[in-house]
Amino acid sequence: MFKAFYTVVMRDLLLAMRNRSDILTTLFFFIIAISLFPLGVGPELDTLREIAPGVFWVAALLASMLALERLFAIDYADGTLEQLLLTPQPTTVLVLAKVLAHWLITGVPLVLLSPLLGLQYDLSSEAIEALMLTLLLGTPSLSLIGAIGAALTLGLRGGGVLVSLLVLPLYIPVLIFGAGAVEATVSGLGGAGHVSMLGAIFLLSLVLAPLATVAALRVSAE
Amino acid sequence: MLEVNNLECIRGDRSLFSELGFSLNSGELLHLLGHNGSGKTTLLRTLCGLIAPSQGSVNWNGKNIRRQREEFAADMLFLGHLNGIKADLTAVENLRILCQLDGLYVSEDDLWQVLKDMGLYGHEDLAVGVLSQGQKRRVTLARLLLSKSPLWLLDEPFTALDKAAVDFLQTVIASHVEGGGMVILTTHQDVALTTGEVKQLRLGWKKDGDV
Repeated sequence: MFKAFYTVVMRDLLLAMRNRSDILTTLFFFIIAISLFPLGVGPELDTLREIAPGVFWVAALLASMLALERLFAIDYADGTLEQLLLTPQPTTVLVLAKVLAHWLITGVPLVLLSPLLGLQYDLSSEAIEALMLTLLLGTPSLSLIGAIGAALTLGLRGGGVLVSLLVLPLYIPVLIFGAGAVEATVSGLGGAGHVSMLGAIFLLSLVLAPLATVAALRVSAE
Repeated sequence: MLEVNNLECIRGDRSLFSELGFSLNSGELLHLLGHNGSGKTTLLRTLCGLIAPSQGSVNWNGKNIRRQREEFAADMLFLGHLNGIKADLTAVENLRILCQLDGLYVSEDDLWQVLKDMGLYGHEDLAVGVLSQGQKRRVTLARLLLSKSPLWLLDEPFTALDKAAVDFLQTVIASHVEGGGMVILTTHQDVALTTGEVKQLRLGWKKDGDV
């Protein structure tokens, strides 16, 4: 079982390495979306500092959603998904492996890039720290929840738009507590409560989302 | 032993087949016949568990396959219309990953040997995407040579293969049946088996020769 988990993670990372443009599009989307705001809003540092947490989190949400389409769609099209469903391994484990690989490819780069982008918003080191922590805790939840939407819309025409309609509402709690934690830290209230909520959302989605994703995949593969 | 009881499958709002029942013992081959659209692929996908039947049951060793998914998956190999290999990976990588997920421990030498047997010598470490249709099919079919599953479900295994590969595949299938395995396949070609038993099941409502 662990071997199967490891095999799927390594397979998806290898595929991502062979197809680097896929990762880079998400990453550049994140960079450009965040960089547009200082240009549009104007260089007033007070305003920028204030909107930064929200902007970062909305950009992370959209970037993660952009990448969702590729989570299962290619495997579905070339038949590897049905073979995955027919392996003598627990499907939840395989789904978790795919989500982990997806997060490593699309979520971790966002976390690592955020300090650099934070400089554009004149964020304090404290705020950047909080931002990285919340992204680190929040983006796995985004991948887990998004996997349900990606699995449900497999093989549908216009699936991309449908995914956003299905998944964005479910992302709202992550957005609220993610951006809230950074704001609370900056204002001196302390973001521990928000961070705990993010952790709780992560654990909840870690347990429930793979089950829902497997059920959705079985329906889509029929 | 595979047992099918009172199986019914509805796709869209049309019943493809109903009250379908048969059984398959070790050392038997079942050749599914039927015109285009008669439900051969649907039947195979129902047998492997991808499609839930509208009615009836598929039993493997006396137990419904939907109650023993992982055990049945270990005993069964399904090769569908889609090859199920990644275009960006090489033939060896594809085969290695598929074997690991099937829980087979295959040495690196065996992987290369099997691909050579399938006539892919010199193409083992090319990305599968650059291979021809027939060569891709051969990569997929190489799994048959490594498989330890008694039950093979093959949906049009001969498509895109050249004559030599078809003959080779026939001998592979024949030796599997001879060794006590079970095969269910759909094909529009005649299946020649020297030993073992060939059963035929005809689906659909048209007579032979009708278009």
